[in-house]
Amino acid sequence: MHEPILQIVGLSAHYGDFQALYDIDMTVAEGEVLAIIGANGAGKTTLMWSIAGLMRNGADQVRYRGEAIGGLRADQVAERGIALVPEGRQLFPSLSVEENLIIGGQVGRDGPWSLRRVFELFPILQERRKQASTSLSGGQQQMVAIGRALMANPDLILFDEISLGLAPVIIRDIYQALPGIVGGGMSAIIVEQDITKALSVSSRIYCLQEGRVSLEGASDTVSREEISRAYFGIE
Amino acid sequence: MNATQSHVTRTTSTARAAMLFGAIATAILIAAPWWAGRADMRLMSELFLYMALASLWNLMAGYAGLVSVGQQAYVGFGGYMLFALTIFGGLHPMAAIALTPVLGALVSVPVAILIFRLRGAYFAIGTWVIAEVFRLVFAQVLALGGGSGSSLPVGIVRSLADSRSGREALSYWLALGAALLVIAVIYLFLRSRKGLALTAIRDNELAAGSLGIDIWRTKFVVYVVVSALTAMIGALIFLQKLRISPDAAFSVNDWTAFVIFIVVIGGIGTIEGPIIGTLVFFLLRETLADLGTIYLMVLGLVAIIVMLKAPKGLWGLVRERFGLELFPLGYRVEPATGKKED
Amino acid sequence: MEWVNAIVQGTLLGGLYALFAAGLSLIFGVMRLVNIAHGDLIVLAAYLGLTTTIMLGMHPLAALLIVVPLMAAAGYGLQRGVLNQTLGDDILPPLLVTFGLSVIIQNALLEAYSADPQKMDAGVLETASISLGGLTLGVLPLLTFAVAVAIIAGLQWTFYHTALGRAFRAVSDNQDIAQLMGLNRRHVFGLAMALSLAVTAVAGVLLGVRTSFDPSIGGGRLIFGFEAVIIGGLGNIWGTLAGGVILGVAQTVGAKIDPGWQILAGHIAFLVILAVRPNGLFPRMT
Repeated sequence: MHEPILQIVGLSAHYGDFQALYDIDMTVAEGEVLAIIGANGAGKTTLMWSIAGLMRNGADQVRYRGEAIGGLRADQVAERGIALVPEGRQLFPSLSVEENLIIGGQVGRDGPWSLRRVFELFPILQERRKQASTSLSGGQQQMVAIGRALMANPDLILFDEISLGLAPVIIRDIYQALPGIVGGGMSAIIVEQDITKALSVSSRIYCLQEGRVSLEGASDTVSREEISRAYFGIE
Repeated sequence: MNATQSHVTRTTSTARAAMLFGAIATAILIAAPWWAGRADMRLMSELFLYMALASLWNLMAGYAGLVSVGQQAYVGFGGYMLFALTIFGGLHPMAAIALTPVLGALVSVPVAILIFRLRGAYFAIGTWVIAEVFRLVFAQVLALGGGSGSSLPVGIVRSLADSRSGREALSYWLALGAALLVIAVIYLFLRSRKGLALTAIRDNELAAGSLGIDIWRTKFVVYVVVSALTAMIGALIFLQKLRISPDAAFSVNDWTAFVIFIVVIGGIGTIEGPIIGTLVFFLLRETLADLGTIYLMVLGLVAIIVMLKAPKGLWGLVRERFGLELFPLGYRVEPATGKKED
Repeated sequence: MEWVNAIVQGTLLGGLYALFAAGLSLIFGVMRLVNIAHGDLIVLAAYLGLTTTIMLGMHPLAALLIVVPLMAAAGYGLQRGVLNQTLGDDILPPLLVTFGLSVIIQNALLEAYSADPQKMDAGVLETASISLGGLTLGVLPLLTFAVAVAIIAGLQWTFYHTALGRAFRAVSDNQDIAQLMGLNRRHVFGLAMALSLAVTAVAGVLLGVRTSFDPSIGGGRLIFGFEAVIIGGLGNIWGTLAGGVILGVAQTVGAKIDPGWQILAGHIAFLVILAVRPNGLFPRMT
């Protein structure tokens, strides 16, 4: 196994009095695609927000390439090469499609991804690049959200529920595009409720249940029974 | 826990002690004309009127989320109504004072309908525009002295009481009574169903709306009641001053800036805050007023620091430290005494 | 002809009000902040202009080279040092803190410059005029109006065609997601306030050349700017110009009827528009 790019050690997260995450341990290896599954409210999005810096944590609870980044702001995390495709796409409604992509490249990291390459990956976006991002369909908006994250040329990309609310055929297209995205050595964490999808793209899988890691294993060896138990908490 | 051994209550022993203390203090204050000097009584009158203004502003801003920087509109309006009703209406000053809240309420209704169209901070500046309109309109009324203002005729002043000391005592009692009335009205209002609705709105406007609380109406009622009482306080302020002019009556510094500082420093969103803030404000003023503009800068700076570092004000600090509540608004379950729960 | 003259003069006056409004509108658009001290900052800029002209013997317009960067720097510092701490869901802290700031600035100016009215000397510019079809137009009001149009066009361009404007819009849309794009919202807010006070600096210097000023007039300038914003429609930069012009015309026409009615007529125009078009005349379409 390669050096870990990301290490999460004893991470806990709170919203006021409510504790959303309990003592999470997790590692992502360089170039690895990791899947996180879990029911609604299991803490998946909270975990993504904690990594991306939208929720601040103890510095040592999140380590990226050996650096303690748990206490950094989201923009500082982004500068270090972590990009998040947020749940619900969250495009900027005041910005055009093209501007949404350009602003993703604002962090100014070098790498293979450019406006031209994003348009190659999702040609429909080139046609619509001057349009308001709100005028796109859900699937196209998801393409913009993915393209926007890629524009930052991240080394670690986080996908939070990218198939949520999309038609099956669109989900298929997006998952077909995924290997082309993460193939170039980029590490990825994919948060997904569709277990089959999650297993098909990842090398390892974590399951969260009520804020705790309930299962960790290799995607090709973990059994369905183990997953059901970990997912639903059925003993 | 056994239901027969515990009961739900609003009062606490501190609150009972505070009430007793309050009753004794009130008795002493009522007797002030027999023990206090003329200057002290004037100062205390002013203090009571500021306490009332601050409590009213706090009800709007701290509870209803209506931040106004234009309450000087109603202070000035009330003052001018006192002059107009006594000079042209021939009313006894006491009758005029009793009538000002009614007129204040009447004038605040169309104003509210108009400026409630503005949200949040823009509402605040909208209230200021209204106050400016009031000032400019009263400056046009030549019968009341136009831009330079006018004095209350001697005959009307004499009709209050024959002797000067009698007038001063009466004027003092009116100020004290007004402060007590305002604080009592606010306390009872906040304990009522409407008051609970108000607290619900402050805590979560969206949830309150979904619970069927008519937010607009509740805020409207608060605005009208506060404006009415502010007009009455305005009448009392200018009964003390005996002279009115547009600039004095509608001064944003005197009737809004100071009031906001009092509430912020004392503790916004609590009944106790404005009371404590008023005492602190007068303490500062009596010790630092010689510094003039520097004093005002210090006041502004203190308010900013309090807002940033201790947004619940002095009373918030005290309450956090000692868990005190002098005006209990919430309900609390008291376990039966002498029994240890299992 | 007198009425036409009143309308034309009011339109030119509206340029100044649009400048008061533009800075206010800008920061509201980016961070939903309403700066109660805005008017006092305009007056502060006028005093800075006065000091510069007196100490360095400069023409007021040349003084802009000093006052504009000074005010912009003050804006950035103010935002990062104080105002960023007040932003959030609660509208009270920004409102009350800027209110406190307003009182501080006003009294600091009183302390430094006294309550005596002051005026900047712009030499021949003050009296120069041109005749146009029977109307006499002052060069200074014309210049003010042209500057207002140029600044508003510049702001519009900045907002929609530059990386800075993109950052402003992104942060305004969603602060968290903008932060994910590597934008530090505290810095972006600082830049917005810097730009707002740069515009305010121009407004203040032009005000100080046009009329006499004293430390107490800030509140009134805030109100004019605010009225222009609301008349024009929230979030519309060109709307502030339209709003400023309508306010200016209402005032000059009001003054024509009765000199005592100048300001009152402006307020009444504002209240009428608030009553019939609560979102202003040109609200933002999106």
